[in-house]
Amino acid sequence: MVTELAKWVIPGLLFVILAAGFYRKIPVYEVFISGAQEGFEVAVKTIPYLVAMLVAINVFRSSGAMAEMVGILQPVLSPLGVPPEVLPHALMRPLSGGAALGIASDIIHTHGPDSMIGLLVSTMQGTSDTTFYVLSVYFGAVGIKRYRYAPITGLLADITTFISSVIIVGLVFG
Amino acid sequence: MVNVLWLFLMLSGIVVAAYHGKVDAVTKAVLEGAKFGVETSLGLIAIITFWLGVMRVAQEAGLVKVVTWFVRPLVRCLFRGVPPDHPATGAIILNLSANILGLGNAATPAGLIAMRELQKLNPNAEEATPAMCTFLALNTACITLVPTTVIGIRALYGSREPASIIGTTILATAIGMTVAIAGDALLRWWHTRRRGAKW
Repeated sequence: MVTELAKWVIPGLLFVILAAGFYRKIPVYEVFISGAQEGFEVAVKTIPYLVAMLVAINVFRSSGAMAEMVGILQPVLSPLGVPPEVLPHALMRPLSGGAALGIASDIIHTHGPDSMIGLLVSTMQGTSDTTFYVLSVYFGAVGIKRYRYAPITGLLADITTFISSVIIVGLVFG
Repeated sequence: MVNVLWLFLMLSGIVVAAYHGKVDAVTKAVLEGAKFGVETSLGLIAIITFWLGVMRVAQEAGLVKVVTWFVRPLVRCLFRGVPPDHPATGAIILNLSANILGLGNAATPAGLIAMRELQKLNPNAEEATPAMCTFLALNTACITLVPTTVIGIRALYGSREPASIIGTTILATAIGMTVAIAGDALLRWWHTRRRGAKW
């Protein structure tokens, strides 16, 4: 049912958003163009991040280092239902959105978007945020030096979304 | 930290390749990786351009306001230390609503205003207040409705149903947000008790 509903989300949202724009009498086309212009720039800005990360992860894999890591972690992670290949993504996600996106694209490309591991990493990429980056930007902006327990909460939430992604993807697509 | 991880992937890759006697694989992997990075970015231009266009329409049509109706009661309830009519409350509500809709460029300015307003209520300028910790917990573990970028990547690599992960994403982020709220409340209570004074 979860996947059946998911089919409707994008067409539904598109309809609601455009109809709301029409109802509020805004120049829908011009507004779309101005937003899309910015979108183009955002997309171009991700190029260096993706190149940096995909080069690193590609070197890591084709050298055989990835296979070594998977071999070492397999006995620990596989009984828990966690494919070891997603570990670099889980580590990178709280630190850099662009870098994590690079790893996710690599996994989706290598294992296929509809494989279990592809679905898992897609969900992981969609779920948690770049916690440490957000903390440093927001606290830094107002000159806070002692973060108190904020990083612990952030990390706790990241670990929770990771574990629930593994469980939910297993239940829904398994 | 990103530096450490990136260096680790690169250096351990080169060392392991040398150990396996195939250093030449590194050169090939670098060129392939870079090419793949640019190709993926070019593919992403399509969906990000389109989606940010649509989201601009959503913003102008006032969709953020609709979401604020749902967010307002939650914020009132979680930020008891902040007066409801204080400018910080409005900025927090706006930031969270924009985050839920995935409007990153609307969320960040509102979030920075929220932090500046919360800082005005802070007795100790260099130390985070409980309200700030709660705000950032909500901000980093927020429900996500449409993870557009990853849907774009899935479509790019030939997924039969690129949007199939929307359901799992909403569920996992809802659980994450619940745990963030509970964890924040627990840590706040624990810190207050340990200090023996209200702050």
